[in-house]
Amino acid sequence: MRRLLSDTLVVTERNLVRLPRAPELLLAFTIQPIMFVLLFRYVFGGAIRVPGGSYAEFLIPGIVVQNIAFGGFVTALGLNEDMHKGLIDRFRSLPMARAAVLAGRTSADVVTNALSMTILVVTGLIIGFSFHASVLHVVLGLVLALTFGYAFSWVFAFLGLLVKTPEAANSVGFIAVFPLTFISSAFVPGQSLPTPLRQFGDVNPFTIVVNELRWLWTGQPSPDQLWQAFAWIVVILVLFSPLAVARYRRAAGR
Amino acid sequence: MSSQLETSGSRVGGASLNSDAAISVRGISKSFGDVHALIDVDLDVARGTVLGLLGPNGAGKTTLVRILATLLQPDSGSAQVAGVDVLRRAAELRERIGLAGQYAAVDENLTGLENLAMVGRLYGSSRAAAKARGQELLQQFDLVDAADRPVKTYSGGMRRRLDLAAALVAKPPVLFLDEPTTGLDPRSRLDLWDVIETLVSEGATVLLTTQYLDEADRLADRIAVIDHGRVIAEGTSDELKDRVGGERLEVHLEDSSQGDAAVEALAPMCAEEPATSDGLVRIGVRQRGGAIIEAVRRLDQAGVGVDDIALRRPTLDDVFLALTGHAAEEEGSE
Repeated sequence: MRRLLSDTLVVTERNLVRLPRAPELLLAFTIQPIMFVLLFRYVFGGAIRVPGGSYAEFLIPGIVVQNIAFGGFVTALGLNEDMHKGLIDRFRSLPMARAAVLAGRTSADVVTNALSMTILVVTGLIIGFSFHASVLHVVLGLVLALTFGYAFSWVFAFLGLLVKTPEAANSVGFIAVFPLTFISSAFVPGQSLPTPLRQFGDVNPFTIVVNELRWLWTGQPSPDQLWQAFAWIVVILVLFSPLAVARYRRAAGR
Repeated sequence: MSSQLETSGSRVGGASLNSDAAISVRGISKSFGDVHALIDVDLDVARGTVLGLLGPNGAGKTTLVRILATLLQPDSGSAQVAGVDVLRRAAELRERIGLAGQYAAVDENLTGLENLAMVGRLYGSSRAAAKARGQELLQQFDLVDAADRPVKTYSGGMRRRLDLAAALVAKPPVLFLDEPTTGLDPRSRLDLWDVIETLVSEGATVLLTTQYLDEADRLADRIAVIDHGRVIAEGTSDELKDRVGGERLEVHLEDSSQGDAAVEALAPMCAEEPATSDGLVRIGVRQRGGAIIEAVRRLDQAGVGVDDIALRRPTLDDVFLALTGHAAEEEGSE
């Protein structure tokens, strides 16, 4: 266990050290979320009616959750690249903890997600978002969003090791996550969806997490599902981390 | 071949592993679907020696290395490396092996030193110790000037040297080098050969795969020729060459009309029917030692004038062709 922790730290450090040296990736963390906020706030926002406060206040929690769920893409692409470059072979030939390469990757995502989320929230504050909550609730919201992102990073870790090429990782990940984020209450009120989509949206973990984050940050009435949101996070982790580690054990380079 | 292997071995899985050898492989088979990558492979590599695993692309070389480096499970067979059972004690074995691959397995966005320090820490060293060992290796591999540059700025040869350095971080007694010079320019290849020779002189045991005959010839103490998943021949370079018949003696005559006289004079030395054409006499000689001196003496006594005389040793190309019926690099299309 001590070995797993120290090896995970080494791999996390590796993934963070290389980050500023891959500017194209850094751009995805910083510019992309800003563009999304501006797009929804100013292009679509005028046409979307939301209950209660302004669209900016409705939008920011939704876009934070969407952005953080996509944050795991870096894990899928990074692991796929490591596999092709033979780095996974090297790691697997070392006497290191088996789960450390994946845990190090997903932990690095937490840091990049936090960075990305900070940029999002600051952009939000500029365009009219404001917190209506206690410090405790704001912090609890941050924890919820980051742990949800962490759980999704394990989904992406599994996908990244499953598919052959980074391009495939990209499209499979996109096809899997895109409907989940959009058929939810992230950008539009859940009630506005057609019935079958609304039924899906109601049980969609995205809807649950977004609603709870909205409640925590802006005081919007919540269906009181905070425990369900964290339960989803646990379920995703329990399901996908063993799958990803099993895949890693059999991963073949090139 | 297995008759040579009757040493003090323990019975494991029906075949007897040679526990004195640094690497001992018995009856290893591996299939991927319908493709038989390895079929009943037996090998031994004595401590402190280099075994060259020679074969074309797709012959099964990399599959064997991956199995011995604990990256892949064989379908059957047993293997021992550095005294550790590969299949049963994989975690322990990883402490004692170094792997350098065909593709330089280093992180392009980290510097040379950061790469080596990372590997050191993953072997369990402290941050300071890992960095010190990294610096030592950079010195040894002539990469000090590039230590703090990201690897993406390195040349192909520098990356391979760094990759090899990464395999040596924990000073493992057994090294697996999977096509270490594939894709390198001739100059970098020679540099890397020097490095590998130094490692071996310091006592490492090396399993080296290659599709280059000259590389096996230069670096390997013994060579195993592998084709379509089977080891089809094993021995020293000289032993393999002897199998295709000994040396070829080529004599250029001063006077091309003396061909018959030359053949008659050299007949007692010949292993096979001599060939003459246009003042050039080619014979396969029975023994290597003293062949030129004896030939010159015999021709001189017979009064045959010699313009040039040379002993050409069969190359591993001749060996490969004789053993497999096709050239070694025929399928090497990368």
